Amino acid sequence: MSKNIRCGTLGRRQFVEGLAVATAATALSPTRGWATGEGSRPSTLLGDRFDLTVGSTPLNVTGRSRLATTVNGLLPGPILRFREGDLVTLNVRNTLQEPTSIHWHGIVLPNAMDGVPGLTFRGIMPGETFTYRFPVRQSGTYWYHSHSGMQEQTGLYGPLILEPRGREPYLYDRDHVVMLSDWTDEDPMTIVSNLKQQSDYYNFGQRSLGTFLKDTKRDGLAATVDDRLMWGQMRMSPTDIMDVSGATYTFLMNGKAPGANWTGLFDPGQRVRLRFINGSSMSTFDIRIPGLEMTVVQADGSDVDPVAVEEFRIGVAETYDVIVRPTQSAYTIFAQAEDRSGYARGTLAAREGLAAAVPPLDPRPLRTMTDMGMGGMAHGGSSPGGIGTHKMDDMDKQGTPATPPGPAPTSGMDHSKMPGMPQQDMSGMDHSKMPGMSHDMNGMDQGKMPGAPAAQQAIIPTSNADGVDPKSLAGKPSVDNVAMEPRNRLAEAGDGLDGNGRRTLTYADLRSIKPTTQGGPPTRAIEFHLTGNMQRWIWGFNGKKFSEAGPIAVKLGERIRFVLINDTMMEHPIHLHGYLFEVENNQGNRLPLKHTINVKPGERMSFVFTADAPGHWAFHCHLLYHMEMGMFRTVLVS
Amino acid sequence: MVAIGLVPAAQAQMAADHSMPSAPSSAAPFGAPFDDEHIFYHAVLDQLEGRFGANNSFRWEGEAWGGTDENRIWLKSEGELSQGLVSDGIQQLFYSRPISTYFDAQVGARYDLDSLPGRGWGAFGIEGLAPLFFKVAATGYVSGDGHLAARLEASYDLLLTQRLILQPQIEMNFYTKDDPARHIGSGLSDIDAGLRLRYEISRKFAPYAGVVYQGKFGGTADFARAEGEATNEVRFVLGVRTWW
Repeated sequence: MSKNIRCGTLGRRQFVEGLAVATAATALSPTRGWATGEGSRPSTLLGDRFDLTVGSTPLNVTGRSRLATTVNGLLPGPILRFREGDLVTLNVRNTLQEPTSIHWHGIVLPNAMDGVPGLTFRGIMPGETFTYRFPVRQSGTYWYHSHSGMQEQTGLYGPLILEPRGREPYLYDRDHVVMLSDWTDEDPMTIVSNLKQQSDYYNFGQRSLGTFLKDTKRDGLAATVDDRLMWGQMRMSPTDIMDVSGATYTFLMNGKAPGANWTGLFDPGQRVRLRFINGSSMSTFDIRIPGLEMTVVQADGSDVDPVAVEEFRIGVAETYDVIVRPTQSAYTIFAQAEDRSGYARGTLAAREGLAAAVPPLDPRPLRTMTDMGMGGMAHGGSSPGGIGTHKMDDMDKQGTPATPPGPAPTSGMDHSKMPGMPQQDMSGMDHSKMPGMSHDMNGMDQGKMPGAPAAQQAIIPTSNADGVDPKSLAGKPSVDNVAMEPRNRLAEAGDGLDGNGRRTLTYADLRSIKPTTQGGPPTRAIEFHLTGNMQRWIWGFNGKKFSEAGPIAVKLGERIRFVLINDTMMEHPIHLHGYLFEVENNQGNRLPLKHTINVKPGERMSFVFTADAPGHWAFHCHLLYHMEMGMFRTVLVS
Repeated sequence: MVAIGLVPAAQAQMAADHSMPSAPSSAAPFGAPFDDEHIFYHAVLDQLEGRFGANNSFRWEGEAWGGTDENRIWLKSEGELSQGLVSDGIQQLFYSRPISTYFDAQVGARYDLDSLPGRGWGAFGIEGLAPLFFKVAATGYVSGDGHLAARLEASYDLLLTQRLILQPQIEMNFYTKDDPARHIGSGLSDIDAGLRLRYEISRKFAPYAGVVYQGKFGGTADFARAEGEATNEVRFVLGVRTWW
């Protein structure tokens, strides 16, 4: 699986400091200040043989000492650098009182080495050492984490860097890993238990009398009451952004709380490669570096055509590599949680001790009818001229001047000019009765033929993964919503980002640097509804938990499409083990390869892969607590 | 300090050495990867309050549950202590399971346990979240001697701020037959309604102040008058809502 080098003639002047740490003084380490834990341990391990010890380590993130689950006493665990083509051996010793495991996230490897207790082995028992051994057949930025219990939340995660054999198609002088995570002093099971009792336990950004008065002032009493009645009728809250928030989380950058200010060094003018990894359990981040344009060169470890952005969203378990070229002395790396309840922060600096201004948190996003899968108004797209009116409302709340809406490209509708229409919601609007308004033409067409115009995709047999008729889901205890008109949202940056005035990455921007569709068109499609009941805090696929469903049988060698329809009002980062799948995002034969895709609420999207590796492969929502609640399936390739 | 080919792990084993899968075609040949049928349990004291007015009393109302998403056991308890006597002591035990997105069906037993003669009832009901976020419950009861009873409850949380919450609440009891020993007349027997303003210092601990109205009607009101008790009372309350 070696990478094609598109710009092979470019000289490489990268100084891979991870190599340096093996031989040079710690001061040269690119991971200066890496991780919280014992200071004298190496933070980067390089080679083809690794000895890792999983254990409990006392740690103080918030002012109180807690026991973290660590690898070699570090949080995050050490950066492991493999070389493409090597056969790596990892001896993982478990010194915990409970079973553990390490899963190599995004790595294509034999099933028995995948590290999922129950599916690929029985786990690593206390006192036991398990040896993982697998060939490294890819390169790029990945990560590893525990797949046992709640150990991922309590600290068992770390970066994986797979160095390519050949040259990389981009230049950089420095290389920093930026691993984001969420830390809590609470017992993770307590968090889940709290959510079972009160699903908005951690949501301190709910609608209140205050927001009612503000909205009344802006939209009028009737429109505001209508809006509240509409959400109330559905028993849904548009403020459900993240299940677990900054109310309990401290957001970490490379193991450092915002106040501790992780700092990555550069010399002005250098090209700096930042390897962003979202190693959180439950937190989606929006990342930007005020004053610096970021060029995205890799997504989930696979190279993409460079995309210059000011901001990008990173779902749980995703990775993005960007290259920046800082010229000033200090920049803030700002990673705000999607619900704006907090942020992780660090600094890119010309020398230690510098800091730049930390920007204020953006306004909290509000979910819309589009997120409910009700189609909504046609212009949810991310084109700056076509921002949905609801997004501008969010901005209004903060007193930020709203960008004047341009004509919405897909529909030509401009709501602001429609008399008598409440700005922020779709309540009382019946699209079918509006003459001349074909709402969401774009989303509708693509919704039925996910990922590509109908012309490009042949009709293939499609079946529900659990043999469930989606229409039967409505009203089930495990399901609080079924998306009536799910749409393709790959070209949207996401709630809270579209229309914020910044150039933000979307999945539609990702284009593999080399052709990826070697397998040809799929012969079969399997459909998954991502379902949940927020009030009961139940999560699953097709209204079923893992324990209520069997494996998804796939024939070895089969070329297959997975269609994901998100019926819930939240993003779900869906991860398939053992494969890099091709996201059907209209990029022809250069569909981007990913291991995790953050499916937006109300979205229908699809990916394709060739099932060439036999075994029991986990397929799940990578929000840890959703997975633990059963939003998980086994894809059985045989 | 770098682990390149150092320290062979003494007990290293390949995956093949581990116990082989029992049923390779199952979703999890080595056992469940996690427990998505985990048993959770909680106890909530919605009302733990002093009621102050023409006469003073202490009132509790709470519930505890344990179980999975599908199967739960509920214990509900309420009562009022005044001048050394407990009244309205309704204790209930239910088995509950979800029947729709927002509603649970409950079946179980109720025992009226207070300073008056006790009564046993079979109980069945539904409880859940109605449109507009009203928390509602309707329960029917049947006693061994053919009495029927019903109770309706509703409450609503109005967020003034993220932590300051105004909760209107109402509870109504109906009986088909007089039960003089318990001072109960047939028909609508009593209403207990409250308006409580709580401040959530944490989600699990919220002191509150409010007013409550207790009304007795029909035959029940007659019994109260005969006892020299008020049939309509508005009192001030101070209390705490807490849960675990």
